[in-house]
Amino acid sequence: MTPPPEPAGGTGRRVLALHLAVPAFLFAIQFHLPEYYYLGMPRMMILALYAMGYNLLFGYTGLLSLGHAMFFAAGAYGAGLTAFHLGWSPPAAFLAGTGAGILAATVTGTVILGTRGVAFMIVTLMFSQVAWLASLHFSEWTRGDEGLSLPAAVRRFHMPLLGDIDLASPVIRYNVALLLLTLTLVLLLFLVQSRPGRILVAIRENEQRTLMLGYDCQSFRLAAIVLSGTLAAIAGAAHVLLFAYVGSGFASVSWSIDPLLHTLLGGAGVLLGPLAGAGIMFFVTDFFSSHTRAWPLVTGIMLILLVSGFPRGILGTIRERWCPWLP
Amino acid sequence: MDFGPFLLLAILEGLLQAAVLVLMALGLSLVFGVMRVVNVAHGEFYMLGAITAWHVADLAADGPVPALVPALAISPLFAGVLALACERLVLRRLRHDPGSTIVATIGLMYIIRQSVLLLHGPGARPVEAPFHYQLSLPWFGYSGYNLFVIAAAVVLLLLFRFLLTRTRAGLVMRATQQDQETAQNFGIPVERVHACVFAAGAALAAIAAVLIVPVRQAHYLMGEDPLLSSFIIVILGGPGNLRGTAAAALLVGLADGIISMFFSPTLARMASTLLVALVLVLRPRGLAGTGR
Repeated sequence: MTPPPEPAGGTGRRVLALHLAVPAFLFAIQFHLPEYYYLGMPRMMILALYAMGYNLLFGYTGLLSLGHAMFFAAGAYGAGLTAFHLGWSPPAAFLAGTGAGILAATVTGTVILGTRGVAFMIVTLMFSQVAWLASLHFSEWTRGDEGLSLPAAVRRFHMPLLGDIDLASPVIRYNVALLLLTLTLVLLLFLVQSRPGRILVAIRENEQRTLMLGYDCQSFRLAAIVLSGTLAAIAGAAHVLLFAYVGSGFASVSWSIDPLLHTLLGGAGVLLGPLAGAGIMFFVTDFFSSHTRAWPLVTGIMLILLVSGFPRGILGTIRERWCPWLP
Repeated sequence: MDFGPFLLLAILEGLLQAAVLVLMALGLSLVFGVMRVVNVAHGEFYMLGAITAWHVADLAADGPVPALVPALAISPLFAGVLALACERLVLRRLRHDPGSTIVATIGLMYIIRQSVLLLHGPGARPVEAPFHYQLSLPWFGYSGYNLFVIAAAVVLLLLFRFLLTRTRAGLVMRATQQDQETAQNFGIPVERVHACVFAAGAALAAIAAVLIVPVRQAHYLMGEDPLLSSFIIVILGGPGNLRGTAAAALLVGLADGIISMFFSPTLARMASTLLVALVLVLRPRGLAGTGR
């Protein structure tokens, strides 16, 4: 009998080195990037952060959510509304956004905890539609589809050791996005290799068996939903503060489909998968949107190809063939 | 206007909404009941029906027959054939794994919608109604065409019920829905039934669109709203359940019409979506049941 493959994340140092090399690489190339990409990368990194949070729920726990935009929007509006209407400084607005995300994820997670499979997908979709409709309904504060543009003054703040920071500066934007991405990466790396992380995978593989082994699956599922939703909200808050805009579109279905696409493309259940997926889609959409207005066509084609031909995604296939130790 | 006539107007608008939704929801319900496939692209077949109707109207502009008549035949045919192609090329490969089919139909939704944007353009195009008749009620005038749409929907429903309960094709569909394996053991070509049902679902959506397109306009984004409402109706009525779907469509259409008129359409939509999400949370079996 052939011995089982080495468990994912087995060789600690190799894994850590690889996962730290990626942000180091992103840090280094900022000095060599042409300006166009330099301005676009922060957005890509925030989307990757969003997708990584999504991957925790979808790739590792096995729950396909079609409504993550509601968490993203919770963070976005939490930060956007406090900054725009109350004049909160970016750090405070960021915390507000994160808090809104934690709240939304906890409430939603608790309500939908009993649903599985298709019902889970539809319920998450419906809740996010309600969130989208709400953002349109309360347009007195949100200005609906038109959205809110954050004035320049709101995006400047003072940090005790670092001095004055202006989020409109490209250098600041790039490095703040990179910092958030790196922190998320490290957090998730430790999580998925830890015992709770393995239990999530066990729930994905066979919930009945995991339950029988004595684990409290409901609590773990809820925790996964809350953490995943919070990361989505952090991405939303960061997106608003870095790019100075929040609108109803953030709660629409396409913002729920994006992290799914990035995760599937890069590799669901692989930590770096969503980053790879977001990176590839960054270049693909850039290429196509300069040629046609209907570039989401590519999104559609990719989804179909991925789900019918390459369910493992890029890094997933690599892990399967060559690197079983990749977490 | 007093409250009474206002309510009557709201009810008429609600009935119109229900008429369109029941046909669309029926298509979605059929596909889910027989194939266990959640077709997120269903709204796009509806949109295709409307866009095709516009093109038929454009070509038949000076003909003797009102454009709607050929459109009623051509649009569902076109939608059905396209749906057949989608089923053959995409869905069949996935062996009806629920997660994969949802993602694949999301992909189809993007493809169809953006293709229409590319080929047809982003503008909203109006289509002429085949006749203009104003029904003069004591309090307000109401378009006779709207009433025609309601009547047509009822006729089509009865026709479909006849098809489902009294013909061999209907029997085959119901058998496949109840127990696919046994149906196969009895020699029913399940793959072919799936393909036909998927095409029929798309055709129903297209017919609904053709009927309503003189009232609304043909636009590449028009499939999004009715899709959500159709989902709500299918979940409330029970997938594959004709009577349940009709009742749910009536309920949702009327509630939507009345709440929209007295409060706001957005609020109406929020309420119905939230209601159904809660139904699903409390009875997740709602989507797993076999239905009748």
